[in-house]
Parts: sequence; C-alpha cells; structure tokens
Amino acid sequence: MIARDTLRIRTPEGVEFALPLAGPFSRMLALAIDLAVIAMIDSVLEKVLGPLLVFGEDVATAVHVVVYFALVLVYGATAEWFWRGQTVGKRLLGLRVVDGRGLRLEPAQVIVRNLLRLLDALPAFYLVGGVACVFSRYHQRLGDLAAGTVVIRTPAHGAPDLDKLLAGKYNSLAEARHLAARLRQKVTPEMARIGLEALLRRDRLDPAARLELFRELADYFRALAPYPPDLVEQLGDEPYVRNVVAIVYRSRT
Amino acid sequence: MILDLDRFVRTERPQWTALEKTLDWLAADPNRELSIADLERFHTLYQRASADLAKVATLASEGELQSYLGWLVSRAYAEIHEARDRRQFRPWRWLTEEFPRAFRRHVRAFQLAVALTVIGAGFGSLALRIDADAKGVLMPFDALSKETPAERVAREQQLKGKQLAGQKGRFSAELMTHNTQVALFTLALGMTFGFGTIAILFYNGVVLGAVIYDYVHAGQSVFLLGWLLPHGVIEIPAILVGGQTGFVIAHALIGWGSRASRADRLRAILPDVVTLAAGLALMLVWAGMVEAFLSQYHEPVIPYGLKIAFGLVEALLLTLFLTRSGREETR
Repeated sequence: MIARDTLRIRTPEGVEFALPLAGPFSRMLALAIDLAVIAMIDSVLEKVLGPLLVFGEDVATAVHVVVYFALVLVYGATAEWFWRGQTVGKRLLGLRVVDGRGLRLEPAQVIVRNLLRLLDALPAFYLVGGVACVFSRYHQRLGDLAAGTVVIRTPAHGAPDLDKLLAGKYNSLAEARHLAARLRQKVTPEMARIGLEALLRRDRLDPAARLELFRELADYFRALAPYPPDLVEQLGDEPYVRNVVAIVYRSRT
Repeated sequence: MILDLDRFVRTERPQWTALEKTLDWLAADPNRELSIADLERFHTLYQRASADLAKVATLASEGELQSYLGWLVSRAYAEIHEARDRRQFRPWRWLTEEFPRAFRRHVRAFQLAVALTVIGAGFGSLALRIDADAKGVLMPFDALSKETPAERVAREQQLKGKQLAGQKGRFSAELMTHNTQVALFTLALGMTFGFGTIAILFYNGVVLGAVIYDYVHAGQSVFLLGWLLPHGVIEIPAILVGGQTGFVIAHALIGWGSRASRADRLRAILPDVVTLAAGLALMLVWAGMVEAFLSQYHEPVIPYGLKIAFGLVEALLLTLFLTRSGREETR
C-alpha cells in the first residue's frame, strides 16, 4: 500500500528519507493567511499610491487596478521563490513547497503552480484544488500536479539532546555491573528502540496509556535481568525503563 | 547492533551543524552558489549525514533523530543533485529569442487554437444569420447587443471619443487585467486534458463571429475594421497563445507518442509554459493600451484608414516577430 502522508525519496547513495506531506486543512489555513496578507499589502499600496491622485483619479485608479492584479498574480510565486517554497502563510504554519523528486525548486515550477490557481480556485473556495488535493496520491492540487511539486510539513527540527533525557540522574541499575552487562546482552535492538521511543514521546501520551506502557516495558526488562530488591524497590516503572535505556544506549559511560 | 547513541550524537553533531549552516546560507538567497572548495566540503558533509541517516534508520523508525537527519539530508540532496540549467534571466534575450522560439516549437498547438476559433466564428456568424434574436445570447455585452451597429456607429462618431473621457486609464487597466485573466485561464484549462481550452476557444470564436457578421451585415465593415484591428490583432493572438499553451499542457498530460512518464513530460514543458504565459501577458498590456487610447476614437477624430493601416502594420510586425525573431540563421 502506498503511504499517502509521506513522500519517500531514495537518493543515489541508497539512503531513503521521508518528507511528511501537508494535508488539505493546513494548506487551506495557510491560504487564508496569505489572502489576509494580500489584503494588508493592498491597503498599504492604496496609501502609497495616494499621491498619484495629483495626476487625476483615472490615473490613480488605473495604476491601482494593475498593481493589485500583479500582486495577486505574483505574490505566491515571488514569495515561494525567494523563501525557498514558503509564503507568509506557509511559514507560519510550518509548510513548504518542494520539488516532487526532492530537488531544488525551479522558478518555472513556482510560477506554473501559482498560475494554475486560476483553475484550482474554481468554482469557489478552491473546490477544484481541494478535491484534487484530497484524492491525489501526494495531496497535490492541479497546480502541483502540473509543476511537479508537493507541499510538506516542516516542523522545527533540531538534533535531539539525549542529555535532557538520560543524563543527570542517578542510575541505580548501573551499580550492579554484572546485571547491567546482562541487560546489554539480552535487550534486543527492537526492544531498546521501543524503550527509547516511549521516553521520547512520553509527554504526548495519555496519562493512563503512559502508565500502562511503562508498566509493561518495566515488567519486560525486570524479567530479563532480575535485580536485588534493595536496588530497585524505590524505582517506579518509568525511571526503571529510563535507566535500562541509559545502560544499553550509553554503554561507554 | 545497538548504537551508542549518545556518543554518536556527540561525534556527529559538529558535522550536522556545519551542514545546516551551509544550507541556511544557501537558502537565504536562491541565486547563491558555492565555490568548488566549499562544494567539496558540502558534498562530504552531505555524504556523512546520509551515512548517519542510514545508521539511525535501523535504530528508530520515526524517531526525532531520524526526522532531523532526514530533513537535513533532504535539503542537502536538493542542492547536490540539482542538474537543471540555471541560466541568468536576460529580459531582452527572453523577449527577442526565447519567446518567439517557444512559440514556434509549439506552432501546431497554435494552429489548433486558430482552427477552433475559426470554427467557433463560423458557428457564431451562422447562428446569428439563422436566428437574429439570438444576438443577446451570442454577444453577452450590452454595448454590442442592445443597439444596432448603425446606432452605435452614429452615437460614437457623435461623441468623438468622449464616451471614455476621464476613465481611459481605468478602462485600459481593466482590459489588460481581464484579458490576461481570460488568457491565463484558457492556459490553465489545459489541465482538463485540453477540453476546457477547446470550449473557451470555441466560445471566443462564436462571440467574434457573431460580432463580425452583425457589423458586416449592417454595412459597417469599415467601422468594424477600424475599431477591432488596432487592438484585436494583438489581443486575439494573445488569447490564442493562451490556448496554444493550454494544448501544450494537455499534450504533455496525454503523452501521445512519448514513452516518458507524465511527470517527466510535464516537467519538460514547464519553461515553455512560463515563457508563453509571460509573452501573452505582455501582448495584452499593449492591446489594452491601444484599445483604450486608440480603438475608441473614430471618424472624424481619427480616419478609419489610418486605424486600419495601424492594425495591419501591427499584424505584420507581430507575424514577423513570432516567425522570424531569434531564428538560428539570423543570429
């Protein structure tokens, strides 16, 4: 089955990376913000073009009509070109337009995907584009399909800080070196991964689910290398799992 | 294998940070390029991050670290593997060479657009001849359908061009924007496999044919030529270029005679689509100005002969430009 929520790209080096696709709802919100930005720029333009009234109302109106039309037409393409696939709305919502093959966006791509808004916006409220977005494999509206682009989510990324997770806490399990060695030997990579993932995501879990998950994991690890009761009697399920993960992932400390 | 994640992150973090800094530097300006030495360093960092991503892929399928490295590698991949031509945009070369060449590359699509408009015009004139009461339907503009050609000619000749007094600029701007919207819409409808483009071109032809029949039938051929030619010889071809571009998109979608994938076919025509779209917009700016500032003046202000001659000269120059400009042998 093809995953519709990610775009997977395999590089010539054989490495695969996944880009999380933006859904129609977040894109709609970004569009609403962009329309508000266009309205704001237009109100500023009205003031800036005010002095043209000295040449007559006709000239001032003509310039405003042309400039507003150009603004609507080029806002998206210009912003996406200079901000590498982002407009104000996309920037605020953490979205970005990228090439469908993971390559660098070309000017022709951003121009065509924005030109085809004329069609995607039909008959009203971007219905055509919205329907295309819902039914296409990579959530693409017609402009994206023509330009070979996709819109992805770009949540704030940073290298994970394991110190926050594992260090700075007394690890009673590491005291019994022979049992710690047994843990390293018996914990499989898969179970170690599950333990680490559970710790990384613990704040996003429902409280009841969190208790249940860490209880099951702690019971599993306890059974692998039973520790003397005096070392673990005050240790709750979650600290137990954290200490086990610290032992297997930080073997040299 | 269980990775010593802590040591791994500590060892590799400086390289990831260096790669991130280079990517941010490149992202700050889309026209920035790295020197050869910087590019070599950048490539090394990219390969190292790729290798790190491959390592952590076995560790945590959707983990924070994998997500971070995936994002880093995807950004670097876009910079490293991009091989498309990035020539600097030169407006004069674009206008005198690239636009007419793009037009000629897809001349058959233009011919198809012309043929559909002519068929529509034939239908429109025939329909008005058979059913004169259909004028209101065939010409959805009050100025054309609510008075006879003779009435309009008499009224406008009497006004001596004052019907647009104080609003020529606005009229011109509205013509430019409206016509550009119509032409770009005709282009965009290429994504309906060309059916929408066909419908628009045929409909435009019907309206044009009905107007021509109405004025010729009423004995106002000279007025019609003097009114339509100055702006029409640029405006109508511009709409046809919109139709041409729509058919270029439709052809890439359908893919007759091509073994390339649909995505590849669409990717290949993107530069020509942009060139033709910009070219038609430029043509419509000129047509809008001519329509507001020249076409609305009739005899006795401007002799019809002069307006017709102006239109014919424009048509000749446009034909020469589109068929000759930027030809290899003329360079």
